[in-house]
Amino acid sequence: MANIELRQVSKKFGESYAVKPLDLHIKDGEFVVLLGPSGCGKTTTLRMISGLEAVTEGQIIFNGQDVTWRHPSERNIAFVFQFFALYSHLTARENVAFPLQAEGIGREEVKRRVAQVSEMLKIQHLLDKRPGSLSGGDQQRVALARALVRQPAAFLMDEPLGALDAEFRETMRAEIKRLHIDQKATTVYVTHDQIEAMAMSDRIVVMSRAEVQQAATPTDIYHNPANIFVASFIGSPGMNLIPGRYADGSVHVDGGSFTVNDGWRAALAKGLDADGSVIVGFRPEAVEVLAEGAVRGEIYAADMHGSYSMLHIELKRDQIVHIRADRGPHYRIGETLAFSIRPHMVRFFHPKTEKALNPENMA
Amino acid sequence: MSDVRLDDITKTYQDTVALKSVSFEIRDGEFFVLLGPTGAGKTTTLRLIAGLERQDTGNITFDNHIVNDYQPADRDVAFVFQQYSLYPSMSVYDNLAFPLRSPLRRVPEPQIRQLVTETAEKLRITHLLDRKTAKLSGGEMQRVSIGRAIVRQPRIFLMDEPLSNLDAKLREALRVELKHLQSTQRSTTLFVTHDQIEALTMADRIAVLDRGHILQIGTPTEIYDHPATTMVAQLVGTPRINLVPAHHHEGGLKVENADLVLPLDGMRTPENVLVGIRPEDIRLGSSGAYTGTVVLTEPLGVETIVHVRCGEQVLLSVVAGAVPYQIDSSMHFDVVRERLHYFSQDGQRLNRTGAY
Repeated sequence: MANIELRQVSKKFGESYAVKPLDLHIKDGEFVVLLGPSGCGKTTTLRMISGLEAVTEGQIIFNGQDVTWRHPSERNIAFVFQFFALYSHLTARENVAFPLQAEGIGREEVKRRVAQVSEMLKIQHLLDKRPGSLSGGDQQRVALARALVRQPAAFLMDEPLGALDAEFRETMRAEIKRLHIDQKATTVYVTHDQIEAMAMSDRIVVMSRAEVQQAATPTDIYHNPANIFVASFIGSPGMNLIPGRYADGSVHVDGGSFTVNDGWRAALAKGLDADGSVIVGFRPEAVEVLAEGAVRGEIYAADMHGSYSMLHIELKRDQIVHIRADRGPHYRIGETLAFSIRPHMVRFFHPKTEKALNPENMA
Repeated sequence: MSDVRLDDITKTYQDTVALKSVSFEIRDGEFFVLLGPTGAGKTTTLRLIAGLERQDTGNITFDNHIVNDYQPADRDVAFVFQQYSLYPSMSVYDNLAFPLRSPLRRVPEPQIRQLVTETAEKLRITHLLDRKTAKLSGGEMQRVSIGRAIVRQPRIFLMDEPLSNLDAKLREALRVELKHLQSTQRSTTLFVTHDQIEALTMADRIAVLDRGHILQIGTPTEIYDHPATTMVAQLVGTPRINLVPAHHHEGGLKVENADLVLPLDGMRTPENVLVGIRPEDIRLGSSGAYTGTVVLTEPLGVETIVHVRCGEQVLLSVVAGAVPYQIDSSMHFDVVRERLHYFSQDGQRLNRTGAY
């Protein structure tokens, strides 16, 4: 298996950066997701790791060896794409066996490995069929089996679930994650789907505009986003972000004000400009609906999501925050609703740099 | 606005039955969602109501008038499609005014100005009125195309997956806008989608359609809490409902290939049934009647999906926030017994539709 290091790796197309100089260390056995909107540089990064794309500058190191200029076939990696590139004239079995035969591995060993991977992915019953007669999901399972059968140093996956329908995507998401737990193969996985990234990864690298915005565990990314981009990109809906002003221990927003604890006071006093302008961030579930709540607004819309309700509260015109609430009561449009933000779940960002402020002495 | 009724509608294309004895009523001012997978017959239904196609049998009624023989133009419906069909060289204003300037309507210009301004205000696109539509973002274009539909007061709005080409964040935002618009305007709307979240969050009532048949009509709460069939149960809710086969055993229901006996609460059911348990109704904890092994956790931030193996069955549970559970550790759990769903082996609901 492999640990992969990117040292100041960058890619330029003409004069513009597709990926700005980037440092990243992927540990042996780690599942790292490159996450971002289209055009953020995530796929280019993956292609540079694979060798399909040459770097403009920087080094790529596999297990201490510089592979920057090695051909993809010399990097001992397996690629899984969004579109299952299966050979239509071969059966599923022949497709899975193909990479092993190409390496000149003996017949008995090929048979053993194909049987093993087929069992793992539960495709034994499909092995004699041709891809054309399989469902999209089954084709992707076979494609995955073909990648896994090789036991490469690392798996590189480019939106492998992107073409599947929602229901099957959830199943495959769990299967790939479970497979990773069992095999511990170093995996770099590209997606634009933040739910996929959260659910599957050990670590998420959020990218935007050719740059890494934050690299951290899913929990950290979710609760402690490094900047406004990450805060709003992660979560559905994303973190509520509203402009406010800090003065003398209190934060004032449209619809109310609330006091902050000592750890935040110091950080806000130090981190903000003199006018105290701040962006207040809180997740929809960071809120308690309370008659005496510190912030008020009008119910703009309310909707049922199955096990819970989402309330959309207008603090002032065009400033709507989203609140997760119990399904129980009937929420009337236009009614005033008060809520409080749980103190340990509020976050603050600098309005100009858009970066998160960090509280002092907080666990 | 109007009340629109379909009575026993059947539509066949050559050998394929697209719709089979479909009946429902969209009440005046109602936001009615047709939910179903691809090929269910959703778009066919829309086209029949619009008059773009003719049903083989059955009647379509607008306010008690049978409109079977009406041409599309005479039915006075407004369509919003998935692809925004705007005129790129025209300004947003002219795009909104276009339906009113139709020779059939001959609305005087001052009134057009008033209607366009009001519509723009409602959709918060006033600042865009002078722009060419080609220069707008996807979300702005979709707002304008919704605006073009609502600028006049048709009998009914027909919306064919209008949000499905937008990215996730934009879709969420527009969903909220449409919902707000609906709750203040009360326009009769038929909204077609394959997205269960859109259906649950926006609908006054949902009709679930599958292969030309209506499986269930009800409010989002009724559909979610009392699904009429296993197909409906699986179609709404993420993660999907757990559905396990079970048989009678000492007054309870023994789940196949698992050490799990679920309560039956004195219900009469066939010997073999399917039991549905929503993931939020599986409560993990240190106590609990049942035991399983954690095989996977998927932290989504707001909640965590925990996969619990019980014999040969893997059940999904949803827990708020993050969880400390180790993979392969054993785990106790309970089920919320009054929220269990029982189905016959062919997928029909057995519980009475009681309230809970």
